[in-house]
Amino acid sequence: MKQNVIGVLAVQGAFIEHVHALANAGAKPFEIRQLRDLDRPMDGLVLPGGESTVQGKLLRDLGLFNPLQEMIRNGLPVFATCAGLILLAREIADDPTVWFGTLPVTVRRNAYGRQLGSFSVTDDWNGLPQVPMTFIRAPSIESVSPDVEVLSSFRGKATSVRYRNILGFTWHPELSSDLRPYQTFLKEG
Amino acid sequence: MEDRSQLNKNLAQMLKGGVIMDVTTPEQAKIAEAAGACAVMALERIPADIRAAGGVSRMSDPGMIKGIQDAVSIPVMAKCRIGHIAEARILEAIEIDFIDESEVLSPADDLYHIDKTAFAVPFVCGARDLGEALRRIGEGASMIRTKGEPGTGDVVQAVRHMRKMQSEIRRIVSLREDELFEAAKTLAAPLDLVRTVHKTGKLPVVNFAAGGVATPADAALMMELGAEGVFVGSGIFKSGDPAKRAAAIVQAVTNWKDSKLLAQLSENLGEAMVGINADEIQTIMEERGK
Repeated sequence: MKQNVIGVLAVQGAFIEHVHALANAGAKPFEIRQLRDLDRPMDGLVLPGGESTVQGKLLRDLGLFNPLQEMIRNGLPVFATCAGLILLAREIADDPTVWFGTLPVTVRRNAYGRQLGSFSVTDDWNGLPQVPMTFIRAPSIESVSPDVEVLSSFRGKATSVRYRNILGFTWHPELSSDLRPYQTFLKEG
Repeated sequence: MEDRSQLNKNLAQMLKGGVIMDVTTPEQAKIAEAAGACAVMALERIPADIRAAGGVSRMSDPGMIKGIQDAVSIPVMAKCRIGHIAEARILEAIEIDFIDESEVLSPADDLYHIDKTAFAVPFVCGARDLGEALRRIGEGASMIRTKGEPGTGDVVQAVRHMRKMQSEIRRIVSLREDELFEAAKTLAAPLDLVRTVHKTGKLPVVNFAAGGVATPADAALMMELGAEGVFVGSGIFKSGDPAKRAAAIVQAVTNWKDSKLLAQLSENLGEAMVGINADEIQTIMEERGK
């Protein structure tokens, strides 16, 4: 990326963890809380974990939804985790809601159950070994369209994907100190 | 081997920047979710009504909590009495997302809190100062909230508790390392946690404000004072237009620095909860469980 200036959506959720990870990876992160924050040029966008229902509503209430959707459609590199992935998905299983709808996958919210179903594993990601993956009330990726590349999976289902300008995770890279997913994003974007 | 305690602290991180709302029915839970609540607290009576009813206040009917779990997709919390291990086990058995070991209910044990490390589900606990917060974290709490004075609509106690906690954190940061032993003794808090605060300048878990928050301005004030999110109990469903007030408080927590927006959000919200002055009440909930 040119300047590594990354906008981090900061309306609700674990956004400060992304800000810290991006800074540690050498990027220049800033927070997006309202429309005027989009005046600042950015080389990439992070959609953090949290609750997708809350974030989606705030995106609409704050007038951020349409401009961000336009920027994503126009190729702005996006790094989306958990709730962020749900916001990007073209379809949510058993739920008519579609937010940005720019990523051709079907996700299922809370696919592993309530908090008692949260878990962590260490596994290969995008050809890199031993990447820590934390799943918190995580969604699953039930199906992907043929042009979506699967970067990691768990029990036969994709947990991370790449599609054009989008890197999407059902888990939380921001909760570990392993910066490799961010380095990949900054290099590829 | 999975570290439940870490996963539970992680869930609290996902709630940050959000509003957790008290609800008593599935219908209220849906209103809260649609208004942007990041989680709901399922309980039979909101604190203002617990106050009015008097008597012994206990864990809610698990059937009622399950009805709320089925109604929404966001995390559902529920309260057990301080020290009531069996109520906590029941809540764990119905797979609650967070247990609030809460002074709002009548304490079941006037000496011991629950050993929360013995549970797989996370706990949030109230605290009035740093010592209380660190004792609860030492017992296994994954999240802290100020106690405030619940059910009053009076924010003064929440402000006092948050300011005290933040100023004690600043003081711990300023100490020499060889002064931390004495600090742990004075705070009556575990030394390792005092050391963590000294090093990081913050609590080792997420810290929300609770108790008496009734308006978008109250929520913004608590964020200004260092809260990472807000619980709103009686303030929403005791007000004239719950959906509108709830949505306004949600936006106020995200953009608490933007006073122009706060002015807009505060317009035409209808009747706020009537409120009781914290000096006029007889039952002091914040004194429960130290």
